[in-house]
Parts: sequence; C-alpha cells; structure tokens
Amino acid sequence: MANEDIQKGLVDILVEVAGVEADDVDLDKSFVDDLDVDSLSMVEVAVQAEDKFGVKIPDDELANLKTVGDAVNYIASNA
Amino acid sequence: MTSPEVVVTGLGATTPLGGDVASTWDALLAGRSGVGPINADWPERFDLPVRIAASLAVEPTDVLARVEARRWDRCEQVAVVAAREAWSDAGAPELDPERLGVVVGTGIGGASTLLAQDDLLETAGLRKVSPLTVPMLMPNGPAAWVGLELGSKGGVHAPVSACASGAEAIAWAYRMLAAGEVDVVVAGGAEAVITALPVAGFAQARTMSTRNDEPERASRPFDTGRDGFVLGEGAGMLVLERAEFAAARGAKVYGRLAGIGTSADAHHITGPEPTGEGAARAIRKAIRTAGLSPEDVGHVNAHATSTPVGDVAEAAAIRTAIGEHPVVTAPKSALGHMLGAAGAVEAIVTVLSLHHEVIPQTLNLEDLDPKVQLDVVADEPRKAGLTAAVNDSFGFGGHNVALAFTP
Repeated sequence: MANEDIQKGLVDILVEVAGVEADDVDLDKSFVDDLDVDSLSMVEVAVQAEDKFGVKIPDDELANLKTVGDAVNYIASNA
Repeated sequence: MTSPEVVVTGLGATTPLGGDVASTWDALLAGRSGVGPINADWPERFDLPVRIAASLAVEPTDVLARVEARRWDRCEQVAVVAAREAWSDAGAPELDPERLGVVVGTGIGGASTLLAQDDLLETAGLRKVSPLTVPMLMPNGPAAWVGLELGSKGGVHAPVSACASGAEAIAWAYRMLAAGEVDVVVAGGAEAVITALPVAGFAQARTMSTRNDEPERASRPFDTGRDGFVLGEGAGMLVLERAEFAAARGAKVYGRLAGIGTSADAHHITGPEPTGEGAARAIRKAIRTAGLSPEDVGHVNAHATSTPVGDVAEAAAIRTAIGEHPVVTAPKSALGHMLGAAGAVEAIVTVLSLHHEVIPQTLNLEDLDPKVQLDVVADEPRKAGLTAAVNDSFGFGGHNVALAFTP
C-alpha cells in the first residue's frame, strides 16, 4: 500500500476516534502535542490501524510512534 | 459550621419531558407524561414483565460533539449536557478555579458500558475492549467530566446513595459552601440505565409498574392503583453559590437553599422504615438547619415513586415532621424515576415552584390512597405563594435526604 493511502486511512481513524480535524493532519504532526490525542485514544487508534492495515503494533512499538509520519512509515514497512 | 447563605443561580436539565429546564417545566405544567414503551427488542427477548420507561426527550448525541459522545457513557453525556446549561444559565461566573467545586451523584453509573464491554470481551476478546471502559463505567465519571468541563480545582465529588444521590450531591455542595471551601458549586445527579439488566433486576425485586398497556398512566404516586415505579433517565444540575459571591457579581437568583437534612433508616436494605421515622428525621434536620419552623413549610416536593409501601411511609414522614398542611406534589408521575438524577431534577422543580409560585400537578392521581392524608395537587397546577418548600429523596440502603428551599 502506498504511503499516501496509509496516511489517508490513518486520518480517517483519527477523525473517528479522536475528533481530529482531517486538515490538521500532516506527517510531521505529533499525536500528543499537536493533535491532542491522549494515551487512551492512541490505544484505540492502534487497534483500528491493526485491523485496517493488517499490521501488528505492539505496545513498545506504539510508544515510539510520536508523529503521523512515524506511524505511516511503521505501517508501510510492517504491513 | 455556621449557617451559610446559599443561593441557586443556575439550572440545567435533560429529562424525559425535555432537553432543557424550560421545556421540562412547561411540560410538567401542561400535564404531559414522559412515559412510553421501551423502544428496544430486549424487553420481549427476555420476556420481561416491564415494557415501559421514561426515556429522554432529546438524545444527548444530538447535542454533543460526536467524539464527546463516543468517549462518554450515556450517564456522563447527560451530566455534561445539564451542566453546560446550568453553567450558562448562571452567566458562566468567572472565578478562581480553586474556589469552584463540583458534586455529581449517580445511583448506578456506567452499568451500560460495563455490560457492553463485558459482551465484547466475551465475544471478540481483549483487543476490542475499549481503553475508555473504566472512565466510562466508574460512578464518579459524571462528576469527573463535569469537573473537567468547568475546570474545577476546588474539589470534585460523587456521592452514591442510590435514588438519593442527586439530592445528596446538593447537600454535599451546601456543606462545602458552609465550610468556606469554595464560593460556587455545580451540583446534581445523572442516570441512564434503561437497559436490560437493571430493568430485569428491579423487576425481579417487584418494584416496578407493569401497567404496560397504559404507559402514561403507569406512574401514579399516592393513587390507590399504583403498582410500582417507572424507570426514567436524565440529569439535573444546579449552580449553588455563597450569597455574597452571587451578589458581588450581580447574579440572577432563583431562590435559596436554606437547609439540608440527611439520615439513615437502619431498617432494611431496600424497604423504607414503614412509619417514615427515618425520613422524618431528615426533614426535621433540613427545617432546623434552615432556621425555619414546620409551619413555614407550605409545600413538599415528594420522593413518591409510586410504590405501594414507599409512598405511604413518606406521607407518614411528612405528616409527623411537618404536619398535614403542606401542599404536596410528586413529579415522578410525569418524569418517571430517574434514580440518581431524580433528587436533582426534583430540586429544580421545587426551586421553580417557589420562584414562579405555582406547583405542578401529580399525574394519574384519580383516587388518593386514604392512608396518605395529605393535600396532593392533582389535575392541574396550583398557584401558591410560599415561604418555604422541602424536597425529599430516599434511596435503597435507607438513605434519606431532605432539602429546604426558600424563594
């Protein structure tokens, strides 16, 4: 799957789970500091991303995914 | 503790009669019932003897942002809806967050979340269990979310005393203000458990009306034909503040929370003490802390849930603690029994009765139980200029709360 498609799918999840505005999402945005996604919502985002992209995101990997770009790259290389 | 001057400066509610205070009040005076058939498949699926309830007039999901609604149990949703209205009604007072308290009670809390997430765990496994499960089911959730919403740093509390919880929250707020801890408290109750298991449990305890073919006539406090309560849902919130603080900011004042009284029956886990002595103790305390005499109390907004035993015990309590003179009404005839929200919504009704000098009627009172021996408003609202009114709330566990209000 192309990175653009992964990013688009991730945006849908962030809108659904955390109420993020789609236009606010860029690759360099931090989930916590820029998009105000808290730790509880990050767990939901991860579970939905796992289902959507057929990827496993263990908790210790999730902790390293600080930005949208981190998540897109992780999914692209592990899906 | 000195007797503080506590005034009511804001009201908020969402109920089976309306999505706010004004529509609820208008519907009460118009004699409308909030009771109807339960719009779900589970009453039939489980062959429940109860098929009726007083469901919300306005779905909270229609007035909340989608993500807010997603993160909150229904009882938390209604708490925030009512709190926003109350806060705005009070003029959104500006104050030091450390001088703002929040006290919101619930009887059962996020039982719907607990049950739904347990189903998910059983059927889909751990991954599908929401990380929000615990904050959604915890009974302090409604208080916590209202506290976050308003930025309260003066103390956020959640009394849990079944159907007395909403009233107990108001009593707690009074004590916080009396102790000088804070200047303003948002206090109330929230409940939303019109779901299969709570209804099944109440039905098995034989406490609910089964008048399924006549929903609007099912809740009939003090009537000889009463056969149990009708479950309701909703929330009520009051902004209470120290009178000096309200005066200094030029706040509109609905009335005064003049006194509070609490007691316990020490009798039975669900049944009321039949002579009403436990309830009477709470009423006497409320009148005493208000500096009133029983003769001053011209109106009682009764707890009266439409159960055969409870209504008669409360009537006895009113007669022994106050006398036969107060004009009585029972809002659960229209609103159903909102459990932990009931005391707060009915406190709002009491305040508005004093403020507007009119007492809403008790619906379905066609044949007053001769054991009641009180003047219960039936058929239409009654105009009444009042010196003081008492609002009763009692809960499973033998919890009794009485609130005394003056105009």
